Amino acid sequence: MSLSGLRVAVIVFPGSNCDRDMMVAIEQLAGRRPSLVWHKETTLDPVDLAIIPGGFSYGDYLRCGALAARAPIMESVLDHAARGGAVMGICNGFQILLETGLLPGVLVENAGLKYVCRNTSVEVVEGTASPFTEGLSPGQRMIIPVAHNEGNYFASDDDLQRLEDNGQVAFRYTESDIIGPANPNGAARNIAGILSANGRVLGMMPHPERAMSPALGSVDGATMLNATLQALAA
Amino acid sequence: MNDAEMDFEMAASMGLSRAEWDLILDRLQRAPNLCELGIFSAMWSEHCSYKSSKRWLKTLPVDGPQVIEGPGENAGAVDIGDGLAAIFKIESHNHPSFIEPYQGAATGVGGILRDVFTMGARPVALLNALRFGAPDHEKTRHLLGGVVSGIGGYGNCIGIPTIGGEVNFDPSYNGNILVNAMAIGLANSDRIFRSAATGPGNPVIYVGAKTGRDGIHGATMASAEFSDETESKRPTVQVGDPFTGKLLMEACLELMASDSVLAIQDMGAAGLTSSSVEMASKGGLGMEMDLDLVPAREEAMSAYELMLSESQERMLMVLKPEATDIARQIFDKWDLDFMPIGKVTETGRLVLLKDGGVACDIPLDPLVDDAPEYDRPQADVPSRPILQSDSITSGAGIAPILRQMLASADLGSRRWVYEQYDSQVMADTIAGPGGDAGLIRIHGTNRGLAASTDCTPRYVEADPHTGGAQAVAEAWRNLSAIGARGLAITNNLNFGNPEKPDIMAQMAQSVLGMGDAARALDTPVVSGNVSLYNETDGNAILPCPVVGMVGAIDDIDKAVGNGLPHAGLSLVVIGQGQTCDDGWLGVSLYARMLADGPDAAPPPVDLDAEHRHGLFVQSLIADGHVVAAHDISDGGLAVALAEMCIAGRTGASITSPASGNLHGWAFGEDQGRYILAVKDGDAVMAAAAAQGLPASLIGTSIDSGELQFGGSDVISVEEMEHLVETTIPALMSGTGHTEG
Repeated sequence: MSLSGLRVAVIVFPGSNCDRDMMVAIEQLAGRRPSLVWHKETTLDPVDLAIIPGGFSYGDYLRCGALAARAPIMESVLDHAARGGAVMGICNGFQILLETGLLPGVLVENAGLKYVCRNTSVEVVEGTASPFTEGLSPGQRMIIPVAHNEGNYFASDDDLQRLEDNGQVAFRYTESDIIGPANPNGAARNIAGILSANGRVLGMMPHPERAMSPALGSVDGATMLNATLQALAA
Repeated sequence: MNDAEMDFEMAASMGLSRAEWDLILDRLQRAPNLCELGIFSAMWSEHCSYKSSKRWLKTLPVDGPQVIEGPGENAGAVDIGDGLAAIFKIESHNHPSFIEPYQGAATGVGGILRDVFTMGARPVALLNALRFGAPDHEKTRHLLGGVVSGIGGYGNCIGIPTIGGEVNFDPSYNGNILVNAMAIGLANSDRIFRSAATGPGNPVIYVGAKTGRDGIHGATMASAEFSDETESKRPTVQVGDPFTGKLLMEACLELMASDSVLAIQDMGAAGLTSSSVEMASKGGLGMEMDLDLVPAREEAMSAYELMLSESQERMLMVLKPEATDIARQIFDKWDLDFMPIGKVTETGRLVLLKDGGVACDIPLDPLVDDAPEYDRPQADVPSRPILQSDSITSGAGIAPILRQMLASADLGSRRWVYEQYDSQVMADTIAGPGGDAGLIRIHGTNRGLAASTDCTPRYVEADPHTGGAQAVAEAWRNLSAIGARGLAITNNLNFGNPEKPDIMAQMAQSVLGMGDAARALDTPVVSGNVSLYNETDGNAILPCPVVGMVGAIDDIDKAVGNGLPHAGLSLVVIGQGQTCDDGWLGVSLYARMLADGPDAAPPPVDLDAEHRHGLFVQSLIADGHVVAAHDISDGGLAVALAEMCIAGRTGASITSPASGNLHGWAFGEDQGRYILAVKDGDAVMAAAAAQGLPASLIGTSIDSGELQFGGSDVISVEEMEHLVETTIPALMSGTGHTEG
């Protein structure tokens, strides 16, 4: 399948604010604009990839992602995932996926107790087979920005070990001469992104849709998203 | 009337003078009730009426072929080509931010964003200008932390990138911080919405959040001096809800894409009062509203409370009658209140109904067009002597002084601040905070919009006219240094009590200077805000007329940053000849830090030179001759060089002048200068000579990781980076030292 044949949906909640950026990024790579699906919808047309974008869904009220995880559209997203469909959550989307239980663990307030927006160096971790990483090389480093207040990944030691043993850690923050301190938020084991056990669901804090061209400071987000689209189209 | 008559005592408690009270009696031919008096007091407050500043604001240049909308609307609009308009404004939230820093700053951002999307523009960038007290003052940590967190809290959530700003410290702001927020939006030039009500009988619609008892009479508070008791005014600070703000923005922009809206105005200062009065007044019409229909968050709110509340995230619109249903569906989709509360009338009066009676019936003219306007007396501004460099300089090298200066709060990196702002959302940020100017890509094109906020209050205090001009010139330079051409400005005039002749002189003279510069640089003033009475217990702030400039660049790929990327580049100073080996140290950071800032004249601003130097730098950058550029400002040449080395993590070898005052040369703050890092220094020198511009080749970038001024006068880039990066974090963690 060509990339333009891929069906991609971006779910839009009230308070989502990276929905357009993700739409533009996918269109740039696939040549076809993804559909934007409003949170009040109750059905998700068949798609090859459902993306839950960043932002402050429902104002982050109650707890980041908690309300969005219970939005009408999410039942269809969960069904899609249950059928082995690919789901990617970025930033607030990652938080939402944790709240739905599709991914394990929690994201708590940054260790610095402040919102942080800056570039990070993210390393691809060798792990389970997944469309999100198969086109990338283990150890490959990508410069992708983060922007969040609750990106500090936390789970019990047993759960963390299970994630590592199952190859579910997709991306880790890493040292870089250009970027400065590696871990922007205190995340356990420098975890920047994790996969579901079957590799079909990815949650990550960095924003690949913001690293799409040299003018934006990095093309590594494009590299990462392109690898995902290529894998899904194969 | 269902309210008791008010008296002068009540009027005085709302900030009105005896003469103003008499004027109300004259215009109404009776005493007002509480609601009416509240409306007069709000509309005649300095904040809404500009009564002390209007006379001077009228002297500013507001026209030009690029201007689509000058001052008077919610924001100014400038033609940026391709059928697009940049719509922008800056506004202060000083008083609320001192009382409650997080909410004060957050609602400042929310308010300025509403001003921009009210015009039909999608906001694309935020900037700010912040002033705090001494770094070691007991409140500075709390205020800085709260304000930064509040600005981020609103901007990050609503999803508009913060691309620039300034943070400075001075003890005069100990009891009265400045929080100015600027927003820029983009709209199609032929789809700009304005606020003048049209069509008698057309429905007046209230949309957005519900009205509560927060922020009642905030505009009046913002027009009074602070005292020890002011902090008990916490209930007059509004509470922001960026989530509702985001929904309101999306709903309004969706509605504006249809052909439904005749007029729209956000409810900012003085809430429902100023929005309804201004809409009706601008349309030369009247308005009638039934306050029982206003969506209220609290029980039993009076007419006075409903009219004076400054609850956030609300708008007032006049719709085409047939469009009401479409509009209602859009606001239902976004789960926002949508309520027809009145209609446009032909009466020229504001009529408010409440509880089955008339709560207010007053003519509009006295509130706006016929409002009081003052020509307040000004004191003479004493002219200060020119500081002789030799009177304060020592024989020390440059590096030891640089070390001391870079460790000060004045020059410390603002990374601690701006990393708390989302500078990249919308995925069009080419240059975020930390450079000379912010730069965003105009979505879907390769063109860019640049912006900077600037003011040097110590210059304004020393010479208001020069200081006002310098603020414009510095903004122009900051844009030029990335390759952008300034198009227009918005201003935020922050001063003390205008009833004091010396303060009035600061305001009037700096506005005149600003006007001269705006004319010379062809950057007319299209919007602005005035914040007076910035005093605590009778002590005024350092005057701070902030300029926010917006400019354009045709190709973002041509824009340059200020970091030296590698060795082997020639360093050329534009605006200073080889023989210019003394420097202007009067009112410089050097003088303030090392010589306790003796009274002296600030550096003069040669506007013609500023214009020519800026155009020259812009053209060199557009032609690809420049690898990095930086304007020379606080701390002079040496500090600018240090910043270029730190930003690019590359050293430089500089040839100091053989004669003259070394510190004057290194730290003088002469205006109109840039440092360019270029591949071919001789070619740039020749180009400058061909245009008759002063320029000097001062050195090259090198691999050694040092900034060298000759001999042992050397400092490592690593040390400089450590110095600038530790000051603000140390200050905020409570371990900071207290220089600056």
